[in-house]
Amino acid sequence: MQSETKSHVDQLTSPAGHPVTVLRFEGDIASTSKDAVLGTYQALPKATAKLILLDFTKVDYINSSGIALVIQLLIEASNSGQKVYAYGLSAHFVKVFTMVGITKYAGLFPSQAEAMAAL
Amino acid sequence: MSKVKTTNVEVRLPSRMGFEKVAMSTAASVAKLMGFREDRIEDLKTAVAEACINAIEHGNRLNEKLSVGVVMSAGEDSLEVKVIDDGKGMKTQPAKPDIDRKMHGEEDPRGMGMFLIQALVDEAEWVAGTDGKSSYVRLVIRLDKEQA
Repeated sequence: MQSETKSHVDQLTSPAGHPVTVLRFEGDIASTSKDAVLGTYQALPKATAKLILLDFTKVDYINSSGIALVIQLLIEASNSGQKVYAYGLSAHFVKVFTMVGITKYAGLFPSQAEAMAAL
Repeated sequence: MSKVKTTNVEVRLPSRMGFEKVAMSTAASVAKLMGFREDRIEDLKTAVAEACINAIEHGNRLNEKLSVGVVMSAGEDSLEVKVIDDGKGMKTQPAKPDIDRKMHGEEDPRGMGMFLIQALVDEAEWVAGTDGKSSYVRLVIRLDKEQA
């Protein structure tokens, strides 16, 4: 019933010359998304993937279990010395992420271009 | 004295994760018909989805023989949603999640559903069934005067 979460990884370079690993998600982010969210993140090389950008542009539905997966990703990234940013959230989910405090640990941007310009 | 007219819409969901989206989209349709703003409809969708997830997971413990009832009552200036399950109900009120404690492993990363429900609607109450089951959460969102 929940739409499967798809994810893929792109390697980009910011205008400032920093390598940025982009995790692009598609579908629902819910309790069934562990492999797509945490699994994809955990497969990244920790030594080189220091700036991580989460792309939520193609995500329509995120529930509290999905938010918990994002928090688990933030915990692991923090423990590995990685910085996490995100873009493409709807105004509603920007509000929800702010309410639960995620914005304290992950910078949110409206678009990929604005995120890349800041990294 | 005139009686306020309400219109009821009811949905019955199987206790299977994912079916909360059926209640979510039905509530959104009712709210849209009532003239709620798009941002309030998004708030309602998340609150209804989280209430149904709690009912499926904690109330009915994913027992597919049990169903979750969702009753939407559209009044003149508010929409009430009751999400009913066969659990014993909540004994405590939801606590605000502490992101710092979560990040430091001192609090479970999960457990934000009830907080979101309370934060996103105008009224939220958890009522334990008198017979030890048929508990429900009752949510209300109100139309702002400028959008009514």
